[in-house]
Amino acid sequence: MKLHEYQSKQIFARYGIPIPKGQVASAPEEARHIATELGKRVVVKSQVLVGGRGKAGGVKVANTPDEAEQVAQKILGMNIKGLTVRKVLVDEAADIQHEIYLGVVINRAARRVTMMASAAGGMDIEEVARVSPEKIVKVLIDPFIGLRDYQVRQIAFALGLKGDQIRDFGVIANGLYKAFLDCDASLAEINPLVITGEGKLLAVDGKIVTDDSGMFRHQDLAALRDMDEETSSEAEARKFGLSYIQLDGEIGCMVNGAGLAMTTMDIVKLFGGNPANFLDIGGGASADKVAAALRIILADPKVRAVLFNIFGGITRCDEVAKGIVQALQQVPTQVPMVVRLVGTNEEEGRAILAGAKMQTASTLVEAAQKAVAAAKGEEYVPPPPPPPFVYKPRLHAAVKAIRSAARKPSAKKSAAKKPARKPATKKATRKPVKKAAKK
Amino acid sequence: MSILVDKNTRLLVQGITGREGEFHTRQMLEYGTQVVAGMTPGRGGEWAVDGKVPVFDTVKEAVETTGANASVIYVPARFAPDSILEAADAGIPFVCCITEGIPVLDMIRVRAYLDQRGTRLLGPNCPGIITPGECKVGIIPGHICMPGNIGIVSRSGTLTYEVVYALTMRRMGQSTCVGIGGDPINGTNFIDVLQMFEEDPLTDQVVMIGEIGGSDEEKAAEFISTQMSKPVVSFVAGRTAPPGKRMGHAGAIIEGGAGTAEGKIKALESVGVRVAKHPEEIPHLIAQAAR
Repeated sequence: MKLHEYQSKQIFARYGIPIPKGQVASAPEEARHIATELGKRVVVKSQVLVGGRGKAGGVKVANTPDEAEQVAQKILGMNIKGLTVRKVLVDEAADIQHEIYLGVVINRAARRVTMMASAAGGMDIEEVARVSPEKIVKVLIDPFIGLRDYQVRQIAFALGLKGDQIRDFGVIANGLYKAFLDCDASLAEINPLVITGEGKLLAVDGKIVTDDSGMFRHQDLAALRDMDEETSSEAEARKFGLSYIQLDGEIGCMVNGAGLAMTTMDIVKLFGGNPANFLDIGGGASADKVAAALRIILADPKVRAVLFNIFGGITRCDEVAKGIVQALQQVPTQVPMVVRLVGTNEEEGRAILAGAKMQTASTLVEAAQKAVAAAKGEEYVPPPPPPPFVYKPRLHAAVKAIRSAARKPSAKKSAAKKPARKPATKKATRKPVKKAAKK
Repeated sequence: MSILVDKNTRLLVQGITGREGEFHTRQMLEYGTQVVAGMTPGRGGEWAVDGKVPVFDTVKEAVETTGANASVIYVPARFAPDSILEAADAGIPFVCCITEGIPVLDMIRVRAYLDQRGTRLLGPNCPGIITPGECKVGIIPGHICMPGNIGIVSRSGTLTYEVVYALTMRRMGQSTCVGIGGDPINGTNFIDVLQMFEEDPLTDQVVMIGEIGGSDEEKAAEFISTQMSKPVVSFVAGRTAPPGKRMGHAGAIIEGGAGTAEGKIKALESVGVRVAKHPEEIPHLIAQAAR
């Protein structure tokens, strides 16, 4: 979850990080009031959760309260990269001499929390990393000993800070690291950290992204979630515990498992279609959940066909089929549907769907081709049969032994040969290949 | 032979009395896994899964009594880090964590501790591991697997089943199937498993299933080019994934233009790995490599 600039800076302030004086306004008159109280030149900043606000005209300086009101009038309601501005932050304008970047991130490769800084602040740090990586200084933080003073000094000197700035920077760096840990963040950054005309450090902009998995211990942060930043279907999906991301295509996809959901999208694209969404119904989904998922997919007017790809493990194909039937009763639709059910209770699932007007497919490729054809309103033409499949590996004798033991129909024989085995293992030696998972 | 688990694995199930724990313990027993102990604090002395498995209050006690040498964890995310640490502390050398949704900062600490102890963790947020015909640890459906000579390693769950199923349909058996999980910080990565397959005399080929996010596939490509003699076939999910969005798995996200499927596929192909366009193409690539 991303926090707004004003929320992030309020959190930073609690950790002793100096931020400009300012307040949030949701109406132009409010902005005037705040500017009057500050009694100085102010910056009016749109509060939307996307980058590049300045370039989009969402950040403006105002010299007087009148001007602040006018600027706020323009910015509020503005559309920045698809998001409507509902709040502005009115901050005292800083006297900027120099801009620094300071961020704390999770470094996946090193499996450590990492503090990064660059004297080329204000810019997009990813841009700096690409163009001139030597300008970025990084320290890896050990999870057991934390951020050490020498590491902070290392960064401060690399940034060219002097005198009192080094001490002040220590407070800021430690505060940022603590804020990062306390919020279960995956990113906490100050960009820019400004050196003012008086040589003081000031966190002019801030950003925190939290790790959703950690939110069970942060009820206070969870309450800060900005509902306007999600599409209504994404919010609806979250309510049902579905992982859903809306895309621009015309083929709705319902899949169990994130990796398989991505693969299904890819394969739709590979055969000439475009996925309308990413949707993972998760493991062991109930009929209700499946019904909700289908309603969400069908609510997207761009959807011309729906592809179900269910690989039953914990998820039961019959349960998914029930959900599909249930949803179709609630939301009758003419949108063609293609279903591929494999795994646990696939026969039962197919039987339930036999009444519904749906195409079925046995392979992923066939399912994708049928869905693409259906979305285009074309007839599905089966591809020519593939060339004969040749695979004759020279198996190692030990592999052959394991295989034949696994295939042996009578468990008694293998038990007689290997009396040392526990009784439970006997079952495995009976054909694990064809046996259907129970439940 | 195989990697990590086999018929001699003596498994402890942490969270055995929970809904998931009990269901999957039943499945593992049915497959032939030696489930020797269960563990749920406060339920020590009971017998779980129709009286087949003794339950202990602590991992330490379970290990001392039953000689468990591997553990699988079906415990909710907020308690799972503690469960992993408890298993490591009791000296269990191999721990598999199925749980999804463990906070990343917790995993950083857990992994750092495990590295000190020398404990091998698989997962979290993974489907587990199966050595067909011998032992299943986790939630991979056993009936889709078949003993053989192909090693599989994957960051995904159901996508792995899809690939295994496609192989089994072609009578291409597997030596071991390993799900390393979809979290940004995990216990075992591609390189660890590739190395084990390289050293396993019963694995002749390897299938590596990657996805967007992070740089594990790129690092694996480097490892394959310098350290592996066995052919590797791959598939990378997420060619159509939009940047900046988390695709279900906590680790499946394109950040700052890095971790794209294209980049990973390019890295793999540049070292001679055959990358399939879709999972059903994998058996064909394997057949080609076997010639």
